[in-house]
Amino acid sequence: MTANGWFQIGLYLFVIALVTKPMGVFMKRAFNREKTFLDPILRPIEKLVYRLTGVDERREMRWTEYAIAMLLFSGVSMALLYIIERTQRWLPFNPQKFANVEPALAFGTAASFTTNTNWQAYSGESTMSYLTQMAGLAYHNFASAAVGIVLAIVVIRGIARKETDKLGNFWVDTTRCLLWVLLPVCLIGSLVLVSQGVVQNLKPYTTAELIQPYAAQVTGADAKGSAQTVTQQVIAQGPVASQEVIKEFGTNGGGFFNANSAHPFENPTPFSNFFEMVLIFAIPSGLTYTLGRMTGSQRHGWAVWAAMAFLFLAGVTTAYWAEAKGNPLLAGTDQHAGALQSGGNMEGKEVRFGIANSALFTTVTTDASCGAVNSTHDSYTPLGGMVPLINIMLGEVVFGGVGAGLYGIFVFVVLAVFIAGLMVGRTPEYLGKKIESYDVKMAMLAVLILTFTILTFSAISVVKPYGTSSISNPGPHGLSQILYAYVSSTGNNGSAFGGLIPNTMWYNTTTAVAQLLGRFFMIIPVLAIAGSLAKKKTVPKSAGTFPVTGGLFAGLLVSTIVIVGALTFFPALSLGPILEHLLMNAGKAF
Amino acid sequence: MKRNLLIALWFTLVTTVMFGVVYPLAITGLAQVLFPSQANGQLIKQNGKIVGSRIVGQSFTEPGYFHSRPSSAGTGYDPTSSSGSNLGPTNKLLIERVRSDVQKLQAENPHVPIPVDLVTASGSGLDPDISPAAAEFQIPRVAHSRGMKEDEVRIVVRKHTKDRDLEFLGEPRVHVLELNLELDALHPLR
Repeated sequence: MTANGWFQIGLYLFVIALVTKPMGVFMKRAFNREKTFLDPILRPIEKLVYRLTGVDERREMRWTEYAIAMLLFSGVSMALLYIIERTQRWLPFNPQKFANVEPALAFGTAASFTTNTNWQAYSGESTMSYLTQMAGLAYHNFASAAVGIVLAIVVIRGIARKETDKLGNFWVDTTRCLLWVLLPVCLIGSLVLVSQGVVQNLKPYTTAELIQPYAAQVTGADAKGSAQTVTQQVIAQGPVASQEVIKEFGTNGGGFFNANSAHPFENPTPFSNFFEMVLIFAIPSGLTYTLGRMTGSQRHGWAVWAAMAFLFLAGVTTAYWAEAKGNPLLAGTDQHAGALQSGGNMEGKEVRFGIANSALFTTVTTDASCGAVNSTHDSYTPLGGMVPLINIMLGEVVFGGVGAGLYGIFVFVVLAVFIAGLMVGRTPEYLGKKIESYDVKMAMLAVLILTFTILTFSAISVVKPYGTSSISNPGPHGLSQILYAYVSSTGNNGSAFGGLIPNTMWYNTTTAVAQLLGRFFMIIPVLAIAGSLAKKKTVPKSAGTFPVTGGLFAGLLVSTIVIVGALTFFPALSLGPILEHLLMNAGKAF
Repeated sequence: MKRNLLIALWFTLVTTVMFGVVYPLAITGLAQVLFPSQANGQLIKQNGKIVGSRIVGQSFTEPGYFHSRPSSAGTGYDPTSSSGSNLGPTNKLLIERVRSDVQKLQAENPHVPIPVDLVTASGSGLDPDISPAAAEFQIPRVAHSRGMKEDEVRIVVRKHTKDRDLEFLGEPRVHVLELNLELDALHPLR
């Protein structure tokens, strides 16, 4: 670990703290339909969208209609993505003449991008046409991000409003999210990325003539190896920057290329890397401020932010420490950090990012439900790789996915307030709303569905041949690979222990089911709580009210998150990464 | 329900056109005008032929060239199948691969520990860089096969060493393809 590494990590958190207020205030204004400086340009476009789609912008919805509209939109847009994938051969913008995507893979991918997961069982550069990437995958990066954000706004409205069953209009919220929140940053951000070297074109792949041809072992169709002289390099191209920016800003994480943000065309420089990491946390962090603003308790917003920042620092410290220490099994290598190298466990990491920026990116992308990667998590040291795993297991509430992080932490806030209420023997209250049995039941339902999905699918996969045959790293690491697949799918993260072979019938289907369960069976109970809270009266604050501001509350919130996560997953973690760590230090390989 | 279904259909179509077609095409147009080189992959041309991209690595195997890191992208540095090795830290395949690479490197430059990035595969399989330590390690071999002095080679290496962005972001790195191209220009191999 180096001073410069820590400086970069500290600077990152500082920048996130700086963008929190402006992002939060702007989102509050956008969703409250207050005036913003972008209105002269965006308001006419907004009106045009409503006219074309038949939306009545003054009509508000109850939580049930809001949920139905959200499900219908997700369903229809998922179907369109499936159709585009299945017909890309006959559609324009396909210079590499890629075939139509196979049905199981097309379904899995459609589910994955609709749920903001972006789990990828394919390599973008050899599977998807430019049209599929733009109008199918990148479009869903916008759509699923907007859906997540508006749900968080509905939850905030549920807390802030009283004695009403109206929570807003799904179509209006989504349109305003797309136009006001996502589009402006993406327009500027994609050009920033292009300036760094992220490609943006519609050209066929470029063929370069190598200055030094070399011999390579090629496995032919008959599975026999033969020596071949490689004289050319085919360089994949595409409209990458326009997708890259929303991939991070919408915490989607689906790479244009297989290597995702490790690929030099997605993330060419340390500056682009820093910029991408800021994009990932910008909205989730801003939403904590929006929460404070809209509920009239800014100090509550900051208390939630502080709890998140604490868990973030715990994660990044562990990952950085473990990766900088390196891999004791690689004999004869120099893994010390120095002026001439970053050292550490460099398998799966890029030289330009080194250890600090890889560990930081990995923590950020799994704290948020982003899933973009700038290094391969599968090749992390056991404890370094456990950090992303735990981050997702905690429910991705450390800033979290856009919107999803806020409604995820809301569930834990409800639980924390409930536990505090039990301790002092009073009906728990949250910002003036009584938390009653219906609310707590729904909160527990949201927590249990995640746990149930992850553990059930993982348990089946580790005992059945169709599950274990996809393992690429034997020993305890194999368990981590399977566990990571379902944790990432259910948590809608989308990053992977990439050695696991995911493009099989079993994994395509079950990860898709896990993604859909993890997304929608989380959202519906949360919406139900929002609907129930909005109907309630506000009770005046009294001496017995548990404060949801300050260090005591932040501490209780952190403990609730850690205890729920630890109780659920500790047995699995001790058999996977923890066991592997002990064996690695004992010099054992598999 | 029916009303919302109709809206869902139209809303999907309208927003797909806006965000899935108009937006990326507009960005493509702007990028091509504002940053034509970056938007097309910073291709390097030599005698009218494209020889590579400034930011995508390539395989070099001959002793007169600086070697890139091991790569798991296809047969090595294949941008149509970018990938890391995804080998876990306790996987024998990883440990054996590193051991055999370490042995080869120790033979060419004994008594010097091997900089770790030189025997580990990058996450993309396309890493254009090596660490300054990995470049320093290879200087004796390259100088010897080209009949250059080590200090002459070192000067060229310095020239292609990039410091951290803004002096503090990321890590210092040496650009392998550009370095080799310059060596060829200064002191051709054949």
